[in-house]
Amino acid sequence: MDTDDDFMSNVSSDEDMIQDDSDNEVSGDEDFGFDDEPDVYIDSQKDVEKKKAAYEVNYKVYQPSDVQKQQDDLVNEVNMILDISREEAAILLRHFRWNKERLIEDYMDRPNQVLDAAGLSQSSVRELKIRSVPGFACDICCEDEPGLESFALKCGHRYCVDCYRQYLSQKILGEGEAARIQCPSEGCNLIIDARSLDILVTPELTERYHELLHRTYVEDKDNLKWCPAPDCENVVECAVKKKDLDRIVPAVACLCGHRFCFGCALNDHQPAPCELVKRWLKKCADDSETANWISANTKECPKCNSTIEKNGGCNHMTCRKCKHEFCWMCMGLWSEHGTSWYNCNRYEEKSGVEARDAQARSRISLERYLHYYNRYANHEQSARLDKDIYHKTEKKMVQLQKESGMSWIEVQYLSAASQALQMCRQTLMWTYAFAFYLARNNLTEIFEDNQKDLEMAVEALSEMFERPITSLADPKLKVEIMDKTSYCNKRRVILLEDTAQNLAEGRWTFNTDLIGSSSNGGPSVRR
Amino acid sequence: MSAPFAAKRLGKELQKISNSLPPGIELVSADNFEEWLVDIRVLDDNPLYRNEIYRLRFRFSSTYPIEPPEVVFVKLPDRPIPIHPHIYSNGIICLDLLGHQGWSPVQNVESVCMSLQSMLTGNTKNERPPGDEEFVRGNRLRPRDIEFYYHDNDV
Repeated sequence: MDTDDDFMSNVSSDEDMIQDDSDNEVSGDEDFGFDDEPDVYIDSQKDVEKKKAAYEVNYKVYQPSDVQKQQDDLVNEVNMILDISREEAAILLRHFRWNKERLIEDYMDRPNQVLDAAGLSQSSVRELKIRSVPGFACDICCEDEPGLESFALKCGHRYCVDCYRQYLSQKILGEGEAARIQCPSEGCNLIIDARSLDILVTPELTERYHELLHRTYVEDKDNLKWCPAPDCENVVECAVKKKDLDRIVPAVACLCGHRFCFGCALNDHQPAPCELVKRWLKKCADDSETANWISANTKECPKCNSTIEKNGGCNHMTCRKCKHEFCWMCMGLWSEHGTSWYNCNRYEEKSGVEARDAQARSRISLERYLHYYNRYANHEQSARLDKDIYHKTEKKMVQLQKESGMSWIEVQYLSAASQALQMCRQTLMWTYAFAFYLARNNLTEIFEDNQKDLEMAVEALSEMFERPITSLADPKLKVEIMDKTSYCNKRRVILLEDTAQNLAEGRWTFNTDLIGSSSNGGPSVRR
Repeated sequence: MSAPFAAKRLGKELQKISNSLPPGIELVSADNFEEWLVDIRVLDDNPLYRNEIYRLRFRFSSTYPIEPPEVVFVKLPDRPIPIHPHIYSNGIICLDLLGHQGWSPVQNVESVCMSLQSMLTGNTKNERPPGDEEFVRGNRLRPRDIEFYYHDNDV
């Protein structure tokens, strides 16, 4: 999966138009002066404004300066309305998780309580100081020498300044917390307010602390998310809520070119909804499938329990480890088979029949999984290879310019084709994960037809794309590639539109429960 | 962060617990400030744990007690792993106070032992956590790197 990141973020910004728009085949055509439907561009522009396609969501990308400005605006507004200093306004806003309306309302009702809770009241300003208390012993370091400097929040849990600073540096540097650090005391949920932190935080920590504080703005707001691409500092705003994620797959594209899902921050996984993606990835990562394979393909030696895969031959098994001789069919002693060599007629018993049925069921479910997995993995791998192809394309384009005397703009169709391939493979890959969880009905037939059409188009384009450079100069092939590129994009849009519409209207039937998440106490591994 | 910080605190703890420890808790070894072994047993007559002694291994980082210690049950011929819905059969314990979120630097070896004692005392379920077998087979991580869901607080 990591590699998708790479090729997605390698795509430079001038290709965004092709990635972002539902009417990409149209804008693509425009670029190449190849326009069979001249009016469509204008029409679809209008359409986009009127109504988004079902598989698209509205979103905005902000750069770091925009985010800073939003925060500043909010702070200024609160600063004016409530007539408090800008620093205090910022502290209060963070305290209220940037919910300006609630802050203003609460402050109007009971200003002292609000100030108190955020550590800003007069009394807390007087109280919250580093001081030495006679007879004090620190519960963290067990130090009790006289004159030891200590600090306590309103809860009165007092610790020495050294321990407090150690604690804060662990929270700030180690765990990346800033605005919600709690009192170190066990079970005390009092959050250390910003003023106390300013008193305690040492200069080495200040920078990191303020950076983290700054970030809480994005983290506190549900409609904002960081772009997950490495080194990208942009923020995406999207109104899709967590509870909507079983109805919509909010794919967004950052200005840096990275396409990701706003719901789960993984790479764009349309048409499969987040929950299915999570399960699919877990299923593929788990070695439970290995176990499944073992149960479908092997049996154990009845004597020493070694796992045995029978890869041909007769039913007379001799365990390589313990030399035990048994019958593969009934697992009974071979010596009891008497004259019926190579043939077991002993399994009329019910238990034997049940065991075979269980094994058959397991094998069928495994084969079904492998069917989808192989296709998913194939497109994933091809998408990875597309990254190389993209680089090769650039070379090809230069070469083509030299050899055929074409201009830069005339060879851009190769770049467009390469991107279409990447996008379509990414989509195809997830159609297989999606299909694995679909229960069969008429809708799945349509889905599979769409999938097949897209897949065939993609493979055809892929084949053309890899032809030798000399034939690429052939104007006929150029037209074919451009046609195919446009067709691929069109098929992709049709497929996504169909799945997204059915998803939004809740018409898909899944063979798994989409809502009941699997958090039943098992350990999950941090990635 | 310096090692003396942890050493100073552990020195004080050691001093205190060498003098007196609550019933059912016994210090086995504390030769350095990196790893201590403690035996615990359950005080009441819970049939699940009757007549058994369990061995705990504490591992301290240089940032203890700011960071939690790593605490696991270890298996020896006469020291089994207690059966409990939050204790995996390889000795790894799923307890919020041992994770970063639930830990408080005010906790210490003694208080952790007492918490574990009461966690055993209060248990009536003769079972391992769900997915124990799979977890024990597949887990290659140290306890501190595992993210547990602390889903129920009644056991």
